[in-house]
Amino acid sequence: MAAVATCGSVAGSTGSAVATASKSNVTSFQRRGPRASGTNDSGPRLVSIAGTRPSVRNGQLLVSTGLPALDQLLGGGLAVGTVLLIEEDKYNIYSPLLFKYFLAEGIVNGHTLLVASTKEDPANILQELPAPLLDDKCKKEFDEDVYNHKTPESNIKMKIAWRYQLLPKMEQIGPVSSSRFGHYYDASKRMPQELIEASNWHGFFLPEKISSTLKVEPCSLTPGYTKLLQFIQNIIYEEGFDGSNPQKKQRNILRIGIQNLGSPLWGDDICCAENGGNSHGLTKFLYVLRGLLRTSLSACIITMPTHLIQNKAVIARVTNLSDIVVGLESFIGSEKETNPLYKDYHGLIHIRQIPRLNNLICDESDVKDLAFKLKRKLFTIEWVQDNYLRQERNIYPPGFSYLLKQKDSAWGEGSLQHSTFLMSFLAKATAFASRLVRHSEPLKQNGSGRIRQAAGPRLWHDGRRQEAPGLLGIPP
Amino acid sequence: GKLTLLCDAKTDGSFLVHHFLSFYLKANCKVCFVALIQSFSHYNIVGQKLGVSLTVARERGQLVFLEGLKSAVDVVFQAQKEPHPLQFLREANAGNLKPLFEFVREALKPVDSGEARWTYPVLLVDDISVLLSLGMGAVAVLDFIHYCRATVCWELKGNMVVLVHDGGDVEDEENNILLNGLSHQSHLILRAEGLATGFCRDVHGQLRILWRRPSQPTAQRDQSFTYQYKIQDKSVSFFAKGMSPAVL
Repeated sequence: MAAVATCGSVAGSTGSAVATASKSNVTSFQRRGPRASGTNDSGPRLVSIAGTRPSVRNGQLLVSTGLPALDQLLGGGLAVGTVLLIEEDKYNIYSPLLFKYFLAEGIVNGHTLLVASTKEDPANILQELPAPLLDDKCKKEFDEDVYNHKTPESNIKMKIAWRYQLLPKMEQIGPVSSSRFGHYYDASKRMPQELIEASNWHGFFLPEKISSTLKVEPCSLTPGYTKLLQFIQNIIYEEGFDGSNPQKKQRNILRIGIQNLGSPLWGDDICCAENGGNSHGLTKFLYVLRGLLRTSLSACIITMPTHLIQNKAVIARVTNLSDIVVGLESFIGSEKETNPLYKDYHGLIHIRQIPRLNNLICDESDVKDLAFKLKRKLFTIEWVQDNYLRQERNIYPPGFSYLLKQKDSAWGEGSLQHSTFLMSFLAKATAFASRLVRHSEPLKQNGSGRIRQAAGPRLWHDGRRQEAPGLLGIPP
Repeated sequence: GKLTLLCDAKTDGSFLVHHFLSFYLKANCKVCFVALIQSFSHYNIVGQKLGVSLTVARERGQLVFLEGLKSAVDVVFQAQKEPHPLQFLREANAGNLKPLFEFVREALKPVDSGEARWTYPVLLVDDISVLLSLGMGAVAVLDFIHYCRATVCWELKGNMVVLVHDGGDVEDEENNILLNGLSHQSHLILRAEGLATGFCRDVHGQLRILWRRPSQPTAQRDQSFTYQYKIQDKSVSFFAKGMSPAVL
């Protein structure tokens, strides 16, 4: 079971290890992976850029979204040159988190950032990035956090029945913080100031840009979009992300984050009008942006308030034009909040689209019902059925789960005693339950069956005690 | 002189495009590929898996490739002298697709000088719905297709393959006009649909094939078949409905 769970994370690191191993003859690539990841300033190894790894499936360079569980769902990570579109949740509570994780991951890996927003100053957004849970010093704290919150669900790994072993498993939270691809972040703490200062970032704050220049070009795009496109294009060409001047310096990744795209603040009217005259502005912008990304070393995250957009046709087109689409649906204000199945979660996460890159097929995950929750420090994505299993436990009699807890602590789960105990208990419980069922089933009526029934079914079904009713029954 | 319409609803029908691309290249046709949704390298790598090399074909002059994403960037950021096929991106109000048509006609124009190296010409468009997203009206796109049909299918006796995205239940009026208009004109419709029951690991969708043969007066005028398919690494396997190897 554990092998299945860790398989996903191992596969990725070996993938990158193989790539490096092919250059220099390394015999054991198990050690090579983490060691190569530890060195951020790898001088001679120009091939690998920090914080990236090649995809196992299609060889594309991947960057992490800053959320390892999400990376796994997206087929290893976000491919360089693609757009990740986040459909914001209704009150825009959780989507900024994903946005910030993406940027924080960029800072930790030393990528260049480009933050575009109309609502907040990009400098402020950077100030509020979550702190990374880096290597060993944070590991303890990390574990502590996990276990603090795990007390009610410490039996999650308990084997209730063998059939569940075959089910796909979500990424297990584990101390993989030494790997440089994908870090965990502590949402309760801020990113250290020196890390932010050391990073190279560009901010695009629309109100500033609009007021500063008043040159209007005859283009069908709204001015905000035009400005942003020009800004991105400038950065890409000036800093050489398009690969135009190779070997000038260490190649790097540009991470672009665009917040609340399509909202009225961008000067777009698709949120207000059912059939706005300018409904092509957004799709055009996305198309050109995608063209820019495809020709450069950059990855982009966009959050978009799709629930505000009145014209549903636009959403379909936007989905069609972006690579990965992930929808967030929070339970706040929705009736799903009261559903016991979802009681431990804050919302659902829908993977709406996975790209097919260099391939006929796409890395689609087998797991579809995914929910997220925001713990004190961590944002986690889980399979809803995990919770369902946990609830299934609750239908056992109370003594049963008490016994389980006792035995659990004494024997350790997975041990022989543990499983035999479980088996015997389950067998007893099943036998007991089936007897209960037999009592409650309606009896067949034959002849004047009333009297027989009154004598109790037990006496008739039990062969040995047939003589007992005597007067009352006539055996057939 | 046939127009084949590829249509995908609630799934990705790009595997059909890849199939036709490699099929026509292998058949030594002169191909003009208007790729609006993906980059050249993507098509090239998939093509290599299917046994054709797009770079070689392009160098030999067999393939004329219009990379929509890349040229969109050029058009938007650099003012050009000569009209670009995607010139309409720069224009404030909806322009027309005449430059794009001129591009196609130039590309597929038979060359008299050399010997007849390629057999009949083929026009391939990957996702014509993108043109709608880029601000063209459905009527303009239908006009473009009509012009292309007149040129490619009638004058040059070639074929056309067009992919259109079907939004399904989303009320995208323009796209529906486009879809219906194209369905009306085409000779063969291949419609890839996602399964109604949702995601499945072993069956990726079903393909409906509709032949429209107005020339045949016999009973089987409109023939329709439905197959289910599973996309594999280098090929697609088709099987009859409910006959997936996974359930047998």
